[in-house]
Amino acid sequence: MRIRSAGVAAALALALAAAGCGGDDEPTASESPRAAGGTLVIWADDKRTAALKPFAEKFGQANGVTVEVQAVANDVLQSNFVTASQQGSGPDIVVGAHDWIGNLVQNGAIDPIQLSAGQRDAYHPTALKAVTFGGQVYGVPYAMENLALIRNTELAPQAPSTIEELVATGKRLKADRKVSEVLCLQVGQNGDAYHIYPLYSSAGGTLFGTTPTGDYDPKVLGVGTPDSIAAFKKIAALGEKGEGVLKRSITAENSISLFTDRKCAFLVSGPWATTDIKKAGLAYDVTPVPGFAGAGPARPFVGVQAFYVAAKGQNKAVAQEFVANYVSTPDLAVALYQADPRPPALTAALDQVRGADPDLAKFLDAGRDGAVLPAIPAMAAVWDPFGKAEAAIIGGADPAATITSAGRTIADQIK
Amino acid sequence: MDNHELGAGPAGPVPHRSEDPTVVAPDDAPRRRPVRPHRPAVTATALAVRAVLLGLIVGIAVWAAFPLVDAEAWVGLALLVAATAGLCHLYLTRRHVPAKYLVPGTLFLLAFQVFPVLYTVGTAFTNFGDGHRGSKHDAIVAIQTASVTQVPGSPEYALAVATTGDPATGPLVFLLTDPATGAVSAGDATGLRRLPPEEVTVGPDGRVTAAEGYTLLTVGQAGARSEEITNLAVPTAEGAIRSAGLSRAYEGRALRTYDADCDCIRDATTGKMWTADPELGAFVAADGERLAQGWKVGVGFQNLTRVVTDPNISGPFLRTLVWNLCFAAGSAGGTFVLGLLCALVLHSPRMRGRTLYRVLLILPYAMPSFAMLLVWRDMFNTDFGLINNLLGIHVDWFGGAWSARAAVLVVQLWLGFPYMFLVATGALQAIPAQLTEAAAVDGASPWQAFRRITLPLLLVALSPLLIASFAFNFNNFNAIYLTTDGAPFPADNPTVGATDLLITYTYRLAFGGQGAQYGFAAAISIFIFTLVALISAVTFRRTRQQEEVYS
Repeated sequence: MRIRSAGVAAALALALAAAGCGGDDEPTASESPRAAGGTLVIWADDKRTAALKPFAEKFGQANGVTVEVQAVANDVLQSNFVTASQQGSGPDIVVGAHDWIGNLVQNGAIDPIQLSAGQRDAYHPTALKAVTFGGQVYGVPYAMENLALIRNTELAPQAPSTIEELVATGKRLKADRKVSEVLCLQVGQNGDAYHIYPLYSSAGGTLFGTTPTGDYDPKVLGVGTPDSIAAFKKIAALGEKGEGVLKRSITAENSISLFTDRKCAFLVSGPWATTDIKKAGLAYDVTPVPGFAGAGPARPFVGVQAFYVAAKGQNKAVAQEFVANYVSTPDLAVALYQADPRPPALTAALDQVRGADPDLAKFLDAGRDGAVLPAIPAMAAVWDPFGKAEAAIIGGADPAATITSAGRTIADQIK
Repeated sequence: MDNHELGAGPAGPVPHRSEDPTVVAPDDAPRRRPVRPHRPAVTATALAVRAVLLGLIVGIAVWAAFPLVDAEAWVGLALLVAATAGLCHLYLTRRHVPAKYLVPGTLFLLAFQVFPVLYTVGTAFTNFGDGHRGSKHDAIVAIQTASVTQVPGSPEYALAVATTGDPATGPLVFLLTDPATGAVSAGDATGLRRLPPEEVTVGPDGRVTAAEGYTLLTVGQAGARSEEITNLAVPTAEGAIRSAGLSRAYEGRALRTYDADCDCIRDATTGKMWTADPELGAFVAADGERLAQGWKVGVGFQNLTRVVTDPNISGPFLRTLVWNLCFAAGSAGGTFVLGLLCALVLHSPRMRGRTLYRVLLILPYAMPSFAMLLVWRDMFNTDFGLINNLLGIHVDWFGGAWSARAAVLVVQLWLGFPYMFLVATGALQAIPAQLTEAAAVDGASPWQAFRRITLPLLLVALSPLLIASFAFNFNNFNAIYLTTDGAPFPADNPTVGATDLLITYTYRLAFGGQGAQYGFAAAISIFIFTLVALISAVTFRRTRQQEEVYS
């Protein structure tokens, strides 16, 4: 009895194991013909995945390659990509922001892309500069974004040419009880380095020095210098203890809705805000963020979205072909624009959509004086302390002491 | 619990009663039959279940064996075979009955508790993190690849990938067209060779469409041999011709190369040298400049000592720890008191509409805490928040240390009390009403009855839950990260805020500055683990004594 039951169990187990093997073998077997055509795996966030799919399929069919576009949430895309490519299970191509490049390169996760002179000329020069790191092009850009001043033209028909003019108009509207806030510029409890940078740069502040080749130099830190203190003194004058224009209670969550609720006439935001504003039916215009009177122009950060070739991908030759030669077609750039309205980096694609969407040219114009968002790994050390110093100063803390200690914290972390 | 009357039990500590069912009290032993216990007949269902489960185990083992054979990991394979054979032996024979029950739990304990702990401890002794993820070989490959640039003035070739043999296996050849002259050359690992113009046909884009003696590869066929194509470099005087995709090629040169003799990276243009530093896991130049691409090395106790010696960490550590303890105790205690009060009120049979109230009270528990934390954060907004607008006040809640601390505790209270209400309601219903009635007969006031009878009995049942709640809140990352994110921060120190817990504070240290520093993060989690384990151990010991008093 015992031997028999054990025997039956063993036989069954072996049968199942064999079935298991069969099950395992089948995908391998069906994979081999597919592998003959090669599989190209692309990772992008949800919005772009939908826009990319038809193009990826077209490329696959034309070339006998299976293309898989996989959606990964934007906030974990970079870290998942780095981890997965380290383990050899990453994609062949990844789509993401250009300021990832520094980290991706230090982890050996992406390869440089060789673009021909003709291909380079097809892109907006700022976009190309953004994806160039250490003299190499690492990504093929498809969209650009930067901050601009969006204003309610019913409340403020004239575009202000300086911050002082903006404040005067805003205060008048506030006194007339037409608005409750002078300016909607998101600060939040812990600051927002990206949104304050136009004002900071206009007042003469910098984050990093530049190397002779024009790249950011992490060894020359601009935070904590006398220039940065002077810049933050001007920002402090607009803060809660000064004019009350900049407030920590205006956050990433409420700044756009305050504008669409007509609680403020001026909003500093990017192309992503236009969807909500159009929905609210406001009459609005997009102009460059003004600088302080008698100071330099406001230089918003210019960010670029790009395609990268994974260094540890299984199908690098086809990935290079797709990124360098196929992504540069205007049709794809237009489709990506329709999925998420940011100005295309490809000049030809921009010309196609410019007529239908006048905001695009205005946003591009607002970014003309812009500074490329630093892609160096050292930038990771700047965001948090800089933002907190900004929030503290807007809340009334002493600019000199605060920004000096922020500079020290950042310098400690960049070694 | 048992049949002792309350208070009739021994006042001092009694011998600990084991709840392990395998331990049989000695006085039961003589009554046991000396013969072997009756063995139930094997039913068909039991046999089928056993066969399916064992089959699954063997199936998984076979599935796991292939990659091990591929990687030639023979030790791993031996372990796999031994483990599978052991499992089969265990469940196919009738011996080792206790082991049959213990093994599954032990295996899961090993896989999901012991292994992660060991892995974390192991990681704490390395510099694993951004810039130090792979091996030294990976770093060298990355440095060399990143330095390949186009030779100045060299042509951009139009490329067609071809072979002289079978498209799937034959030797690869690059058919290269010089755009300026239209001359076609064939290139492989041995070098470039001009092809006579009459033997080739060139398409309008400059790419070769046919060539005598060569078979052109389609994109699909080329894709299957992607790695070979990427690795093929046609040597030239200046460098090598490499593919850029499948339709273009360029003459490139690696400016930085690894030299095994000096174990260093050399830059061809500047002559600068970066020597490998096995302790840092990076190539370092004489002037201290480091190349960004490093590798993973063991760093000994460096991460652990950094937690103790770095003034940025050890300085605010004590203050953060005290607040962390207050936060955890406040969250657990506050929710318990409020939950218990609600439970007591609704326990009274005089209360009407008890079910409705109970449902309403459980509502906050039913909502996702993630979303609720964000809603609460916006409700505390100074100018636009519901709380200030409703009360007609203008408090900068997250701007002041004490108001921010009070605010996060209020949020915790709201999120947590329904749970305590639920468990307290259950525990109250389990206490016999006769006890309080007897107390009332003996002349005890309701407060005395609660204080002396109900509460101690409740605590026996609820203390483990209170300890669990404390341990959970000690590391309640979301509660802080999604509300204040540590705010307010002192103007002179942006690294640690007034509401920071150890976990949010160290998260900022480990993942804020130079990207992710997993080695350092692992070292910190060892410290936090030790702290929580210590606190829990002490509290459990005290609870057990208390339990023994009341049991």
